[in-house]
Amino acid sequence: MIRLNGHDSDVRAGESVAEALGRLDVPSDARGVAVAVDGEVVPRAQWESFVLQEHARVEVLTAMQGG
Amino acid sequence: MLDATDTPSPESDTPSRGSDAAPGVDRLRIADRTFGSRLLLGTGGFPSLAILGEAIAASGCEIVTVALRRVDPGARGSLIDLLADAGVELLPNTAGCHTARDAVLTARLAREAFETPWIKLEVIGDEDTLLPDAPELLRAAEQLVDEGFVVLPYTTDDPVLARRLADVGCAAVMPLGSPIGSGMGIRNPYNIALIREAVELALVLDAGIGTASDAALAMELGCDAVLAASAISRAQDPVRMAGAMRAAVQAGRLARGAGRIPRRLYASASTPDEGLPEL
Repeated sequence: MIRLNGHDSDVRAGESVAEALGRLDVPSDARGVAVAVDGEVVPRAQWESFVLQEHARVEVLTAMQGG
Repeated sequence: MLDATDTPSPESDTPSRGSDAAPGVDRLRIADRTFGSRLLLGTGGFPSLAILGEAIAASGCEIVTVALRRVDPGARGSLIDLLADAGVELLPNTAGCHTARDAVLTARLAREAFETPWIKLEVIGDEDTLLPDAPELLRAAEQLVDEGFVVLPYTTDDPVLARRLADVGCAAVMPLGSPIGSGMGIRNPYNIALIREAVELALVLDAGIGTASDAALAMELGCDAVLAASAISRAQDPVRMAGAMRAAVQAGRLARGAGRIPRRLYASASTPDEGLPEL
């Protein structure tokens, strides 16, 4: 089970960050998006190659209105 | 949005959209950049993206803050597209972070998402007042400077802390006038004046602005710029208030440069007695 933005997801161990992004309808060339896995930044250049381990916590973030 | 007086700064290769200062004249300087506008806009609290866009235009601002939050697949409209179209610089913040660790990680994510090393560093120590956690703030600032970030810390109106933040290499200091969103204005103008004396860095009044006169006072006290969010976004007419803040910041800057008269208890006639007739 992979946690995706705080929810249990159908993303499985062995899938890539890019595949997890697909579950959120975020394309790999999306502007203003950053990804952290288990508290570490995964650079955009590694989204395709970074393979998620079981119990990984994936956070997909973007710009939101704020102070 | 651009007008005829809008030309790139001779001090920077990057074109700037600000038209509130002539090129090279009295421009706001932060790190290696200069800006024509001395009003920074927080994007939080606007009723719609359309009104945010109009307020950006009315404010003349060149820098806007954005937060970093989880992607919402159901979100309508793209903030990032709107801001790109407006031609403003993004200043991502670390709003919501309570520890240096969280703030540093958020800054790294913001750098990745927005391709900018600039970060408005917020480390909150108390939920009710949203006051900064000074030790965590200083720790995070030091770490981020070490990692090459251009750090603009949101801080208390403490002149000693401001100096410490300057000492670790921050690009600006951004003291509060009063708590975030309170609209209470500048509660301790003497501290803001002391911070002006304590640091040569860009001094940006951040938080507490309620209306235009607060922004003018900040500039009269020697601030280099004002960051307003709720005061504009939650005004009854945000676009009109954006224009008011723009004028207030310009007026306050001019007044600071002009030098105010000293306060005195008794009257001082501006009309001479010489030549007064005996009637």
